[in-house]
Amino acid sequence: MSSEPPTTTARHLVVVGGGMVAQRFVEAMRARDTAGAWHVSVFAEEPRKPYDRVGLTRYFEVRDPEELTLGDPALWDDPLVTLHRDCKIESIDREAKTVTDRLGRVHHYDELVLATGSNAAMPPIPGNDLPGVYVYRTIDDVAALRGWVEAKREANKVETRRGVVEKPIRGAVIGGGLLGLEAAGALKALGAQATVIEFGTHLMGVQIDLGGGEALKRLINDKGISVRAQTATKEMKPHRRTGHVGRLDFADGGRLDVDVVVVATGVRPRDELARAAGLEVGERGGAVVDLSCRTEDPHVWAIGEVACIEGRCIGLVAPGNTMAEVVVDRLLGGEATFPGADTATKLKLSGVDVASFGDAHGRTEDAVELVWADPLAGVYKKLVMSDDARTLLGGVFVGDAAPYASLRPMLGAELPGDPAAFLLPEGGGAGAPAIELPDDAAVCSCNNVSAGAIRAAVTDHECTDVAGVKACTKAGTTCGACLPLVTKITKTELERAGVEISTALCEHFALSRAQLFDAVRVAELHTFSEIIARFGVVPEGAADPGRGCDICKPVVASILASLGNGHILAGEQATLQDTNDHMLANMQKDGTYSVVPRMPGGEVTPEGLIAVGQVAKDFGLYTKITGGQRIDMFGARVEQLPEIWRRLVDAGFESGHAYGKSLRTVKSCVGSTWCRYGVQDSVGMAVELELRYRGLRSPHKLKLGVSGCARECAEARGKDVGVIATDKGWNVYVGGNGGQTPKHAQLLAEDLSSAELLRAIDRFLMLYIRTADRLQRTAPWVEEYEGGLEAIREVILEDSLGICADLDAAMAKHVEAYEDEWKAVLEDPAKLARFGSFVNAPSTPDPDLAYVPERGQKRPATRDEIAAGAIDPALVGPVLVSGPTLEVRS
Amino acid sequence: MTTLAQTPDEATTAATWTAVCPLDALVPERGAAALLENPDGAPVQVALFRLLDDEVRAVQQLDPYSGANVMSRGIVGTRGGEPTVAAPVYKQVFALRSGDCLESGGKTPLPGHGAHLATFPVEVRDGVVHVALG
Repeated sequence: MSSEPPTTTARHLVVVGGGMVAQRFVEAMRARDTAGAWHVSVFAEEPRKPYDRVGLTRYFEVRDPEELTLGDPALWDDPLVTLHRDCKIESIDREAKTVTDRLGRVHHYDELVLATGSNAAMPPIPGNDLPGVYVYRTIDDVAALRGWVEAKREANKVETRRGVVEKPIRGAVIGGGLLGLEAAGALKALGAQATVIEFGTHLMGVQIDLGGGEALKRLINDKGISVRAQTATKEMKPHRRTGHVGRLDFADGGRLDVDVVVVATGVRPRDELARAAGLEVGERGGAVVDLSCRTEDPHVWAIGEVACIEGRCIGLVAPGNTMAEVVVDRLLGGEATFPGADTATKLKLSGVDVASFGDAHGRTEDAVELVWADPLAGVYKKLVMSDDARTLLGGVFVGDAAPYASLRPMLGAELPGDPAAFLLPEGGGAGAPAIELPDDAAVCSCNNVSAGAIRAAVTDHECTDVAGVKACTKAGTTCGACLPLVTKITKTELERAGVEISTALCEHFALSRAQLFDAVRVAELHTFSEIIARFGVVPEGAADPGRGCDICKPVVASILASLGNGHILAGEQATLQDTNDHMLANMQKDGTYSVVPRMPGGEVTPEGLIAVGQVAKDFGLYTKITGGQRIDMFGARVEQLPEIWRRLVDAGFESGHAYGKSLRTVKSCVGSTWCRYGVQDSVGMAVELELRYRGLRSPHKLKLGVSGCARECAEARGKDVGVIATDKGWNVYVGGNGGQTPKHAQLLAEDLSSAELLRAIDRFLMLYIRTADRLQRTAPWVEEYEGGLEAIREVILEDSLGICADLDAAMAKHVEAYEDEWKAVLEDPAKLARFGSFVNAPSTPDPDLAYVPERGQKRPATRDEIAAGAIDPALVGPVLVSGPTLEVRS
Repeated sequence: MTTLAQTPDEATTAATWTAVCPLDALVPERGAAALLENPDGAPVQVALFRLLDDEVRAVQQLDPYSGANVMSRGIVGTRGGEPTVAAPVYKQVFALRSGDCLESGGKTPLPGHGAHLATFPVEVRDGVVHVALG
């Protein structure tokens, strides 16, 4: 394989290292090097594309390394980019301007960028090489840790007279910094106990002060994690029998029995290549660079954690990204310099809010500290201000990091009004004054996006929503901590630009769907006429609100159905329905309909299959298996629908609601009843879920899936709600979908019992139904929900809004009131009367329908085929099976 | 009950009036298709709409954007107070009184079709809906 760049005009740029900063470097180079001056070769030691190391803990949730992949994968298909994975660089020859990889291949460079990052530091504690001692740095580290804990869990099962007892797995984390706490959270997530051992006086000593550390300790304890501060680990002792790590001995004489140890005491820059190449390294390691990130060799640069800049290495991704941008600028002839490190940090541990920025320790001369502490609630907030209490120098937030997003960009600027207002709990003070961020204020530090860039996305690039701004600027696409601020700036700017971000449904209602839902629910209205009279707006030039339209009528129909107002064709409700709901079937391109009987969980008896087949044969319907594991029958004419359904209902089928914005199917794999690998009865659970939520009307269609083991054959994570069996119960994922913008569902809760699972799904679906926008599926709803999935989790699992009883009652009402819509139609002559083809000839088929045969079935004829007379009249099907004069059985 | 939904003008006086159905066979704010014959004997499909005040309107049943006979199955509503129907296939909105397409949704009609719907005069005489053809 040639290592030379494929073009002769482009110069060759070699990047050593394939981490987050390398990824950013290549991304920035390809975005800015429009002339194609550089061919970039990236040599990565790990066997995968650059991934989100900051989000490593998320690997426990997603369990799929691909999910952590950074940026647009198309970057690596760029002809000017070559990624060599699993290809460590062993040496640099600065004289010859070449690097040699682990296979001995020599690659020439014009410019060389070192982005080798760091190694997890392993302190020289005796026993640090025992089996069961891990560091926390790469996906492989995390995968190995998980494997160890899972193996220990098996080994800890003890057979007693009372059955199998599982001894808890005891985990310890040495190091109480950012990474240590994330590792402790990971151990908890794996079902292990966790104790954090911190040498210093308090947790996260680099970022926060003692007061914040105390508040943090309380929050960490609440998560079930123990903390031992001011404790030095003297030795790790092996277990007598297994030889695995078994005990920690501390300098103060204390001991702790352990099954697994994670060491997270810091990182060491990987500067061995730089050293061997004779480049200057810093006192505490790292390739020394100037403010342009250039080493003493004018053709060698260093960025990220391996760079020793302003006398130190910085173990955060945001400054590394800044360095990447600086070097790209320089290589393209610019004059950029490193502006100094933004060391703001935010802990990404679920349920524990910690953030700090700037001079968190108040080390600036004459700095004034303002502190708000609520020890009971575990809240500690501090602002560090200049001596006149006007200029913001730094801050610490524990337990409530809400002010962080808007305050951090104000670092070094004067705060409007009384700074104390920013610390008081919401509603406790006069409220913080609105902050107008300067254009150069950094909003997204991961991707180095300023407030000005976000404003420009709206004003110059005509983005009209947050999703557009994210795509345009990359703000909020890495860790997401800045999303609330991005949203706020985007909205403000849209308003300023005169772009009205109207949430109004249509000309008849100024309310959004969610607002209308609440209004209808609270006012207890039951008809469209009442609703439009009460909440409708009178359009300009009209005398009254009018009679709705194709936008608001189906929305009101859906709201009324979700709130339980009887049959969707009862009374005035029938006039609100889209044709699919009105005909209880799916309209196809020629105006005929398709019919889908429910097959819960994709389960069907041979008798059922025969009945469906006989119906399709008798009515001349085209049949196809759907993606939701059931059978769709196409080509049914309006006047045939009642008789088709009479036959299906008699055979024990009911409406599949394929026509509704409602639950469609719950797809399942065969599960533990038949499968060698299944650990739970996935079909049984899928049937239970489908029967529970059938007929539930929602803002958009709902699809669920249940897999019987982690192999995930039901593709449940591509569903709005995906359930995956574990050996202890069920994991539930939410917010997935296929379609145009596929999305994997994210983990909501783990190892639930069946009852807990139903309750979690009940609440998730009801919250979605109440608060989502019109035609908004669960994935964008979760993304746009204020506070995201974490907030949703708090609402439905911790009842943070106090509405769970209400949500539960609403779902109980739905389950109780369910009836088969088709059976009800067949029993009601008034509803049946809707199914005539013509008001003056109710059983005459549409004479214009035309079909041709294809692969043994029929399909609608094309316009050309009709013009050419190629149609087969026999394929229109039985002309008169029965009209709507159908006998009504009681 | 007699409702004169449209003043017959010069053009319609020459037309053939056809009795279609009782007014009560039409559900308010929901359409119904009718299979009629032109004076020359050719079949013609008409979509009838009964509004809340019993005004009845008739437009062509053929949806010019999809080519299917489905206009009667659209949602009835108003735009600025004017009664409308939305095509059930691709959701174009048409004024029921004029047949004008008010919202094309960025689509163009199929070849050989105009963007607007043909309208037909309607009268309700003694509770029976009559449509003028030709």
